[in-house]
Amino acid sequence: MTTAVAPETDIVPTTVAPAIELKGISKAFGPVQANKNISISVKPGTIHGIIGENGAGKSTLMSILYGFYKADRGEIFIHGKKTDIPDSQAAIRAGIGMVFQHFKLVPNFTVLENVILGAEDGPLLRSSLNKARGVLKQLAAEYELHVDPDAIVENLSVGHQQRVEILKALYRQADILILDEPTGVLTPAEADHLFRILDNLRSEGKTIILITHKLREIMKSTDTVSVMRRGEMTATVKTSETSPERLAEMMVGRKVLLHVEKQPASPKDPVLEIENLRLVDDKGVERLKGISLNVRAGEILGIAGVAGNGQSELLEVLGGYADATGTVRVNGQSIDLTGKHSDGQSRRARGIAHVPEDRHREGLIMPFTAWENTIFGYHRDPKIQSGPLMNNAAIKAEAAAKMERFDVRPPNPKLAARNFSGGNQQKIVLAREIERNPDILLVGQPTRGVDIGAIEFIHQQIVRLRDEGKAILLVSVELDEIFSLSDRIAVMFDGQIMGERLPSETNEKELGLLMAGITDTANAAMPASPMAMTETELQEAAEAEPTSDAEAVPSATEAETAAESPDQEQAAAEEVPPPEPSPAGEDEPVEEFSTAPVSAPDGIPSIDTGSIASLSASIPMSAPSAPPPPTKTEDPEEGDKNG
Amino acid sequence: MDFATLLQVLDSTIRLATPLLLACLAGLYSERAGIFDIGLEGKMLAAAFFSAAIASITGDVWMGLGAGILASMALSVLHGLASITFRGNQLISGVAINFLAAGLTVLIAQDWFSQGGRTPSLIGEGRFGPITLPGAEAAAGIPIIGPIYAELISGHSILVYVAFLMVPLTWWLMFRTRFGLRLRAVGEAPEAVDTAGVSVIGLRYVAVGICGILCGIAGAYLATALQAGFVKDMTAGRGFIALAALIFAKWRPWYALYACLLFGLLQAIALRYQNIDLGAFIVPVQFMDALPYILTVVILAGFVGKAIPPRAGGEPYVKER
Repeated sequence: MTTAVAPETDIVPTTVAPAIELKGISKAFGPVQANKNISISVKPGTIHGIIGENGAGKSTLMSILYGFYKADRGEIFIHGKKTDIPDSQAAIRAGIGMVFQHFKLVPNFTVLENVILGAEDGPLLRSSLNKARGVLKQLAAEYELHVDPDAIVENLSVGHQQRVEILKALYRQADILILDEPTGVLTPAEADHLFRILDNLRSEGKTIILITHKLREIMKSTDTVSVMRRGEMTATVKTSETSPERLAEMMVGRKVLLHVEKQPASPKDPVLEIENLRLVDDKGVERLKGISLNVRAGEILGIAGVAGNGQSELLEVLGGYADATGTVRVNGQSIDLTGKHSDGQSRRARGIAHVPEDRHREGLIMPFTAWENTIFGYHRDPKIQSGPLMNNAAIKAEAAAKMERFDVRPPNPKLAARNFSGGNQQKIVLAREIERNPDILLVGQPTRGVDIGAIEFIHQQIVRLRDEGKAILLVSVELDEIFSLSDRIAVMFDGQIMGERLPSETNEKELGLLMAGITDTANAAMPASPMAMTETELQEAAEAEPTSDAEAVPSATEAETAAESPDQEQAAAEEVPPPEPSPAGEDEPVEEFSTAPVSAPDGIPSIDTGSIASLSASIPMSAPSAPPPPTKTEDPEEGDKNG
Repeated sequence: MDFATLLQVLDSTIRLATPLLLACLAGLYSERAGIFDIGLEGKMLAAAFFSAAIASITGDVWMGLGAGILASMALSVLHGLASITFRGNQLISGVAINFLAAGLTVLIAQDWFSQGGRTPSLIGEGRFGPITLPGAEAAAGIPIIGPIYAELISGHSILVYVAFLMVPLTWWLMFRTRFGLRLRAVGEAPEAVDTAGVSVIGLRYVAVGICGILCGIAGAYLATALQAGFVKDMTAGRGFIALAALIFAKWRPWYALYACLLFGLLQAIALRYQNIDLGAFIVPVQFMDALPYILTVVILAGFVGKAIPPRAGGEPYVKER
């Protein structure tokens, strides 16, 4: 390990050179200015968050730091020394390690082979492998980075693969670690573990840059945070002195409603009734083990659960592209589940619209234009036919109108779907499904890889549809989303419904237990012991869980990459230049860190409870009606903060 | 079938398997690095012609070998330029190389030698002769083992031994050295190699270069050892059979040896038993000649199981964030 900056030095901040200092970094791609005059300074031994919407230029900035792009202007200082980073090799030499959102691992190599790749000691492998084995053991003990060194990487869970990435960086003696959207693919338990690892790294004096668009993570784990918008750094503040609302406002440039405004539901008769639904997949594994549910008109039923516990299969069966046994009734009439007479189209004819979980593979055809994408599944609608041909002019006009109504940006129906950002792609899918006035809407992960402004809009649309008296089945792995949208919550674990709760009468902890397969009776009867199990249970549940949403990662990356250009061109054209006086100005903008003492590692700035509370304002978990947590031991959510 | 016949068939198996093995290993280096190469055939053909032509002009087979390797390397560099530097389609580039070689060799042969697209027959120093391994004469008397050593193992041209020694060498390079680790990585996940600070392009060119050298040896072996001179289309699809063997072997060196020996055996049997009289009818010679190719298809369709090619194979590497 390189000589890590001793934590004590933080006491005398003026003498410590920043671990990373960027001065006036600018980078343009053709006419698009991806980074405009960016300056930041990160103190050693801290976790610095960089937050911004998709396409704000975060990834470009980090790519410059890792030698993928050359900045047009600006200087980089590492530990006070001016450093040129023309390629990744130079970045590694400067002690920078990067954990990409889309892992850069060789899938069929062992962990050891991946770790030494490019950092071998000599032409023969044996000695390098032996050395790496020792180093890995040591790192595992030091930072809770346990991975079997001989495991083949593709057999590891996503969380473990990410650890391999971190190990790779540490093996190369990185003391500055950059993590790009690290939790996008992790289960909640895996994410908690990651943040524990990051805490450990920080207390060893490593500097960590965390790029994310999840406000919650920023609030939870960082010491300082910079906000990027439209290629510029709009503010840098101490995390303890800001709130999620203010960060969101700085990101988007306007006030954002972090909670969904909705009236209490007034549900009517059940529209979708599911009885004893069973599905066995081609490997003979029973994915759905007798699901019974019903969704009433005018309510949102949220299905919570760790990814891979049957939620996807449930959506597939209901959406008409997986076969199952059991009964599903729509408006009292049962529908065929054998696949012989059913497909997505016949389901749509029965009034079931479906916003699939993976919009890149199931929701859109990426190279096709937006207007073409607005009719898939409804392309036999007589209204858009003229004789044997399709009436393209009518489709285009309708698509343009829909895009207008759903605020798709840029509102250009001729653009290929892949050229829209994640949020705008999702709006296209949503527009297609909602505008057909379905009785039932199935929604899977509506806001995965979607930026905050679009999340707000999508949530509003879902609630609006509910208020029109439609039945909505929402599947999401984001517990926040489940809480803020659902009128009723069902928790799935291992292909079964573990229980149903009203959002006002439950909390994250209880749902977390259900998601780990621990039933409510145990929880109610003996509060202490099951709680002690929680963390391990959650951990196991998370780690044993198939890495089914791994697929979503590249797509999310693509989305962001693709988003960069059209979005920003758009931005340059229409948006007011960001140094807006009003909202950002109040937030003590860019701070000089050399004078502002930031926490010593053990004195993690206590995140003031007010901001947490306001973050979870969207989440009724702290609602007075919620039962007090059964015990104080080992809350998986807050464990590392209290400890 | 008596023992002597068996030995003869196996002996000819080894000779026929040699060019397949060299080409197969050539493909292994290239494809393990993520560059699909269906131009093996063309490279062998070019090497066969130039080795025979230069050997015939200079009278020195080693000059011929050198010329063959250079010709094959030139085509490799072309393939590299098209598919690595200019990120073109690797299949199209390979097809182009095959056509180029098929046409040019005959054209140049006619221009240089005016013998209807062939080279003059090679004699003496213009050919790789058999090497008698030490003790072969003496051992010949020992029953069973003696003839195996004297006839099967001894008495091949040096290129045969080169080919068979390439198998363990390739295995060792691939799985025990830094170079091999990086080469395999670049065929599976070039972005991992790139972010580790190693040049993807450099590695791929090296792989394509090794492929060129081995194809060159394979072609030279065909024209200067197996036969005595170049004739039109003399590779006769061996480059494609080598590719089939590579898939059959799942891109592994030892399996490549076994696969090539199997295909060599099929060719040897076809060569030896031209007409098989089954009493009721006679299996025609055409069928026997076609047999190796038919079996290639059958084996590939039925027995390979799931062959997973290097994941980044066929895809030009474009750096992304």
